[in-house]
Amino acid sequence: MHKAFESRVRLGIMSALAVNDELDFSSLKEFLDVTDGNLATHLKKLTKLEFIDEEKSFIDNKPNTRYFMTDKGKKAFDDHLKVLEQIIKSQK
Amino acid sequence: MKEEQDYINDLAEIRSMMERSSKFLSLSGLAGVMAGLYALAGAWIAYSVLNFTPQTISSEYYQSVNASSNLTQLILLACLVLVLAVGTAIWFSYRKANKRGESIWNATSKRLLASISVPLLTGGLLILILLSKSFISLIAPLTLIFYGLALYNASKFSYEEVKYLGMIQIALGLLSTLFTGYGLLFWAIGFGAVHIVYGIFIHIRYER
Repeated sequence: MHKAFESRVRLGIMSALAVNDELDFSSLKEFLDVTDGNLATHLKKLTKLEFIDEEKSFIDNKPNTRYFMTDKGKKAFDDHLKVLEQIIKSQK
Repeated sequence: MKEEQDYINDLAEIRSMMERSSKFLSLSGLAGVMAGLYALAGAWIAYSVLNFTPQTISSEYYQSVNASSNLTQLILLACLVLVLAVGTAIWFSYRKANKRGESIWNATSKRLLASISVPLLTGGLLILILLSKSFISLIAPLTLIFYGLALYNASKFSYEEVKYLGMIQIALGLLSTLFTGYGLLFWAIGFGAVHIVYGIFIHIRYER
């Protein structure tokens, strides 16, 4: 089981990005209900692992960063889901 | 080491996050009921006060001069019903979103709106063009058909049931095209009765 998914916030980020092509910082923040700093830290960790990537742009002269899942991230997330399911099944 | 319950919680949270981040679930069932009531009231006014009977809709009646003011009143009435229904939907959604700690203007509601707006604007423009060419009889069916298409399209981003609401409206619209003389009746069923039933269903299923 990958350590990246031990954190609730990181698991939340990956879940949200699994069903959205891309999401910006403020949308993620609203869904996860965390502080800016907390979210930024976890996003940085996931980016470092190459599970997600970011795309920076400007909207009305304000910086806007959108995040999306990489293929590597997708695979890791799917594997994680499979492991979770297996554990639950085997314990029943 | 984590316990089994932790893994079950993890899965539940993943599922909940996937739903929360992809679907706008602050649509209100009660707003649906209200929209249905407005539509029924509008249809009743059209029928009894403006003397808009199903038979007049397809006849040459509307080519005559004295009918044009009647038609203008009818269009104004339809617009009033639309504004009231949309206004109520926004207000109720706003309250429901607040209660759920969501914003009414977020990634999911924007996507919901975008998926509604293309079929709806297409239908709206088509109806305006038909109005300008006095093809009155097709207007009631087309409002139902395009509204149904918009709902069907939008259902990916909200309750599953919106899809069935859309399919019913499309079916009613097509039926109504076969029986153009009963446009007002089909319109009252689709926008009135079906909305009320749908709204009550959503309210009982998700809001209690």
